[in-house]
Amino acid sequence: MRSQLLLLRNVLRPCWRPGAQQTRALHHEAGVAATEGAAASKLTEEGLVQRRPIYMDFQATTPVDPRVLDAMLPYFLHEYGNAHSRTHSYGWSAEKATERAREQVAKLINASSPKEIIFTSGATESNNLAIKGVAQFYRQSKRHIVTTTTEHKCVLDSCRHLEREGFQVTYVPVQPDGRVSLETLSAAIRSDTAIVSVMAVNNEIGTLQPIAAIGQLCRERGVFFHCDAAQAVGKIPIDVEAMNIDLLSISGHKIYGPKGVGALFVRRRPRVRLDPIINGGGQERGLRSGTLPTPLVVGLGAACDVAEQELERDYAHVVELSERLYNGIVQRIPHVQLNGSREFRYPGCLNFSFAYVEGESLLMALKTIAVSSGSACTSASLEPSYVLRALGVDEDLAHTSIRFGIGRFTTASEIDYAVDMAERHVQRLREMSPLWEMVQEGIDLKSIQWTQS
Amino acid sequence: MFWRLAQQVRFARPRLTRSYDQKVIEHFEKPKNVGSLDRNAPDVGVGLVGAPACGDVMKLAIRVDPTTGTIVESVFKTFGCGSAIASSSYATELIKGKRLEDAVKVTNRQIASELKLPPVKLHCSMLAEDAIRAAVSDYQKKQAQQVSQSATQAATAATGN
Repeated sequence: MRSQLLLLRNVLRPCWRPGAQQTRALHHEAGVAATEGAAASKLTEEGLVQRRPIYMDFQATTPVDPRVLDAMLPYFLHEYGNAHSRTHSYGWSAEKATERAREQVAKLINASSPKEIIFTSGATESNNLAIKGVAQFYRQSKRHIVTTTTEHKCVLDSCRHLEREGFQVTYVPVQPDGRVSLETLSAAIRSDTAIVSVMAVNNEIGTLQPIAAIGQLCRERGVFFHCDAAQAVGKIPIDVEAMNIDLLSISGHKIYGPKGVGALFVRRRPRVRLDPIINGGGQERGLRSGTLPTPLVVGLGAACDVAEQELERDYAHVVELSERLYNGIVQRIPHVQLNGSREFRYPGCLNFSFAYVEGESLLMALKTIAVSSGSACTSASLEPSYVLRALGVDEDLAHTSIRFGIGRFTTASEIDYAVDMAERHVQRLREMSPLWEMVQEGIDLKSIQWTQS
Repeated sequence: MFWRLAQQVRFARPRLTRSYDQKVIEHFEKPKNVGSLDRNAPDVGVGLVGAPACGDVMKLAIRVDPTTGTIVESVFKTFGCGSAIASSSYATELIKGKRLEDAVKVTNRQIASELKLPPVKLHCSMLAEDAIRAAVSDYQKKQAQQVSQSATQAATAATGN
């Protein structure tokens, strides 16, 4: 069995990811070697059209770290027991693995006990469970929820759902840099407020919220504080004790773990109580019924473990590349605006507005780089991003935004290539843009009567 | 067997664009007739449609031979998605060499079906149609002004005599 497994792994490894071996090297030898390795195969637009685009969308998802995959594989193959089976060793070994993963997750966020970690299907479910669960449990006495306008869709939609059920929700506006002001937030908290939900790092613009200060405020006012930290855990230090966080959502696939798994931290002292949204066999302290997906849970645990070990290195790596990208773009392309806060930012997410170039056309031109337009205008709605509008970014600039994500596996030569491409294509599209022409002629675009409403 | 499958996975050519038709990509990467014409010239008509806040602005300019009433030159500049750029590029191709009355008969359906635009991108072709009409009517307005100006000149000349 063991030898068969090894054989299978050897077969699987080369096809799993073309760069898996290189990635491993990248990890052990830090950034310098990786830069040299990538420089050996020079990045060109023609070459990349034949291959795959450079991945720069780390806010959408991240590749599974090979170390995480290694940890998961046995639980896909011979360790297939149900973690809730108490009567045989298959179950015991699966349970041991999930409990170890629970400890790894708890350790990363400094939870006082692994029992405070509830495994879910992802950050969306965690957010739903936290907000709806607390609101439903305390509905007799508390009917009010506070959140911000730039939260992730799943938080906003959960709040909308509760509004239809008779709860009241205050959507606190954010400042132009995307941060929520403590005074406004404090003013929004009422005597019947059950929960305040604020995200740690914004997924579109990378803005950091003052989580520790919000935690303290909520603790003083006696309301629960839920933090959607899907984009923050494993990337910046998160400490649920020091930050007074009562509920914290974690996503597996944003931290180089597998998709389909996440976790919710639910504080035990002082105790936070929830109504489950999924009922059944009473697993996960009755808060989330359903058999645990052992391989995925193990993957999440391993991803947290790796993230903890690599946090400093990852952060330094991301800061360096982020500076490189920012300086390259700002120095070489005129009329560029960085959306969100420059100072309070997770550096791995840079959202730029390239004025006078429409975002979707730039995405199409940058076909050799996998980036996304921070705005949702690529979808059927054709509306610019609600996050950028909440910041008060002009609608015409909101249509021109592109989000660059930098992660553990990004290299300096990829950043240089991205800057080159952005410069070339922004220039090409501006030469094609009537707005750019008008600006060059000194016409104020705001003075023009546009035909379409 | 695994290895062969792996080879296919590794070297399968990725899809680089979403649902764009090949024609849209061609027009977008090598647009035809990008440019501007002198908006003050009497034989030029310029149409500017759309709004930056909606994410689409199209400027289409035509030069018309006054004796025959045919479009001898048509150029565009567009701020908008790939389909908007492709629609305007194709529209300039369509109307070049056409008489004005035929040019205004170009419909958004013609453009949309040539470029196989999906429903969410139909507004791009409508914008192109609007741009053609705006350019033609701008030219006609200029011509009418010229005629009336020359008429007044002729009238003053006549009374002067």
